[in-house]
Amino acid sequence: MKNKVRELRKLKGLTQEQLAEVIGVSRQTINAIEKEKFDPSLPTAFKMSQLFEQPIENFFLFEK
Amino acid sequence: MKEERKKHLKNLGLWTWSWVATLAIATFGPKFIWENHLLLTTLAILTNLVNGVLMILANKTLFNHYDELERKIHLESLALTLGLTVVVGLTYSLLDQTDLIPHDAEIGILVGFIGLTYMTTLLINRKRYL
Repeated sequence: MKNKVRELRKLKGLTQEQLAEVIGVSRQTINAIEKEKFDPSLPTAFKMSQLFEQPIENFFLFEK
Repeated sequence: MKEERKKHLKNLGLWTWSWVATLAIATFGPKFIWENHLLLTTLAILTNLVNGVLMILANKTLFNHYDELERKIHLESLALTLGLTVVVGLTYSLLDQTDLIPHDAEIGILVGFIGLTYMTTLLINRKRYL
């Protein structure tokens, strides 16, 4: 799934390591999400949504 | 998170090594140390069994500490390993029953196959996702 996680993370001034720590996953998982190799679970997406102060659909772009 | 991970890994490592050690004692002890003493042999086997259960519990604790991507990687690897072990294991058994291999089927070969398959699928899946 396409996403804007890297963009929003940089806007918040966070490193992958810092975002991983806040969300409660590993840095490798954040990297895999940013590279669009892995789609996170709903709880992880909601944690990101709270952190980025944006609804999930603004940064995870669902395409059929 | 990292410190906790290290703690769980260290714990699993300790239980694995002690399981291997008790397995070695239970295997070679009766012949080379206590000359087939029944009680000592039973105790050695029981110790190894209990140690094995504790090793599995340590592995479970570590698994529960993984995040969602790590779990996915391990679960996919485990699924492939399980499937391949059933299929290859039964083929190996058939080869033995029909005398198409010159020796008896050994459980050790299957255990080695499980280990190698798990490590290989884990490496492939890590490369895919990370």
